[in-house]
Amino acid sequence: MSGAAAIEVRDLTVAYRDKPVLWDIDLTVPPGVLMAVVGPNGAGKTTFVKALLGLLPVSAGRIRFFDAPYEASRQQIAYVPQRGSVDWDFPTSVLDVVMMGRYGRLGWIRRPGKREREQARDALARVGMDAFAGRQIRQLSGGQQQRVFLARALVQDARVYLMDEPFQGVDAVTERAVIDLLRALRSEGRTLLVVHHDLQTVEEYFDRVMLLNVRRIASGPVEQAFTTDNLRLTYGGRIAFLRSANTADAADPAAP
Amino acid sequence: MTQAEIEIQMLAVVVAAACALPGAFLVLRKMAMMSDAISHAILPGIVAAFFLTHNLNSPLLILAAAGTGVFAVLLVELLMSTERVREDAAIGLVFPVLFSVGVLLIARYAGDVHLDADAVLLGEPAFAPFDRLVALGRDIGPRALYAMGAVGLANVAFVALFYKELKIAAFDAGLAATLGFAPTLIHYGLMTSVSITAVAAFDAVGSILVVALMVAPPAAAYLLTDRLRDMILLSVGLGVVAAVAGFQAARLLDVSIAGAMASAAGAVFAIVWLAAPRYGVLAGRRRRRRQKWEFAEKMLAIHLFNHEGLPEEDTERRVGHLEEHLSWERDFARRVVRRAQSNGLVRQANDDLLALTPKGRAAASEAITNL
Repeated sequence: MSGAAAIEVRDLTVAYRDKPVLWDIDLTVPPGVLMAVVGPNGAGKTTFVKALLGLLPVSAGRIRFFDAPYEASRQQIAYVPQRGSVDWDFPTSVLDVVMMGRYGRLGWIRRPGKREREQARDALARVGMDAFAGRQIRQLSGGQQQRVFLARALVQDARVYLMDEPFQGVDAVTERAVIDLLRALRSEGRTLLVVHHDLQTVEEYFDRVMLLNVRRIASGPVEQAFTTDNLRLTYGGRIAFLRSANTADAADPAAP
Repeated sequence: MTQAEIEIQMLAVVVAAACALPGAFLVLRKMAMMSDAISHAILPGIVAAFFLTHNLNSPLLILAAAGTGVFAVLLVELLMSTERVREDAAIGLVFPVLFSVGVLLIARYAGDVHLDADAVLLGEPAFAPFDRLVALGRDIGPRALYAMGAVGLANVAFVALFYKELKIAAFDAGLAATLGFAPTLIHYGLMTSVSITAVAAFDAVGSILVVALMVAPPAAAYLLTDRLRDMILLSVGLGVVAAVAGFQAARLLDVSIAGAMASAAGAVFAIVWLAAPRYGVLAGRRRRRRQKWEFAEKMLAIHLFNHEGLPEEDTERRVGHLEEHLSWERDFARRVVRRAQSNGLVRQANDDLLALTPKGRAAASEAITNL
């Protein structure tokens, strides 16, 4: 258990017709880290997560979770899709959506019961949404929807969490709550791979990062991989202003 | 009602209930048009299977013809997967072709049997009592009622057994896939259920009514509840209401039974669409009107609150001044003041001067902090 990487990707290529969306990606994610996947729009971040989950056909490559193929690890992997991927007008309650996270363990036909309801309530409490359990999901704000998705991932009790833009369009309070939760999950020894769009917060939130633009530009601990050169390679020349501001801040404490 | 009429009414109720179950999931998956495609596309399958079985209610015919319905879904998805044709166009392309193949087959080979193009579209429930099921030498009722009842029970079993799977695949297919629930399998399971229901119901009620009963009651139920289970139960209930109202109207007016039932289904939807307590059109309008007045009252309270204790207070407190300051019409201003008074937010001190009550002051300061 300790030796194997949480996620091991070798030579992963995903193509849309004759156009590669992901090209020859290698990535090793050690267990117990909080890792960001960043890159410009169209870089293949969502495709990468979906390919890991077997939701897309893969042209080439090998994906292992704790040294086992995805099909054998299904129960240990939780997926938090983008909020916009579901119909929030669906006639169901917050508690019901969270309980869906337990469906995988229940298997076919068996219905969720009292135990699943309790687990869902606990998870809602952890994301500060316990008061909303009985609400119809269409009454939720964007940040609340995100918390419900996180609660649903929590009840899956997984070893690996794959999250697609959990900070997208949420307010500052929710962002704080989400990052606290991600850190709590990491401190429980779980592994988190998070598609992230805000370069300003990468250094503060994450301990590892992969820079992606069709190919893997760099990956590793944030202080090694998240460099100006690598960012320029990933985004082109458009992020110079951002980095100069950040490095100035970072340099201050080191000054004599 | 005569014995035959009771039997027709029972058949109509069973058809409506059987159609509403898969229909609820079609509506939730935004696939209502698929019921149209399937209910028409099964025709060539019915004709072909009829040559083999010579019996419109044989289980073999129902299964074989249902295969054509699933085949139509496959064709639609094949066209879509080329990304040259969108879903609505793909449906519009596939089902008329399959349907007209069925019409041609009937005209060419089956002109002399009880299977003509009119019956296909509208069916004829009135004939159902003539075809009896005989068991152990005894007449136990119309054959169509048993066929439809069996399909209805199969649908109940399908939805009850796979409720959780149908729900998660409809709400979040991505999650369903990662949890190992094979959403494609669930999708084709649902399409099979729709096809079998359409085939079994078509002889009794025709393809138009199948579409009406699969779409209208669930679409109405969707406006009445926030819970999936209640939506399914309400779909069945509203379908039954349409079946009873439609058949009774047809008896009274002496018109086509299937036509009257389809119209009743439409009427049920229209009533719910207008009058649903929360999501109906009228409720929405009422809510917007109320919000308009509530907002105006709040503005009035904030206005008075902002000028309280200031030198210009006396001018600002005059009702007549509201027209100027808030650009309100005189009538509107007076009505807002009257509503605010009856809600205890303001009181009219003397002749034209307004003053906030403690309640009004609290409402104003709360509104300001929530701005």
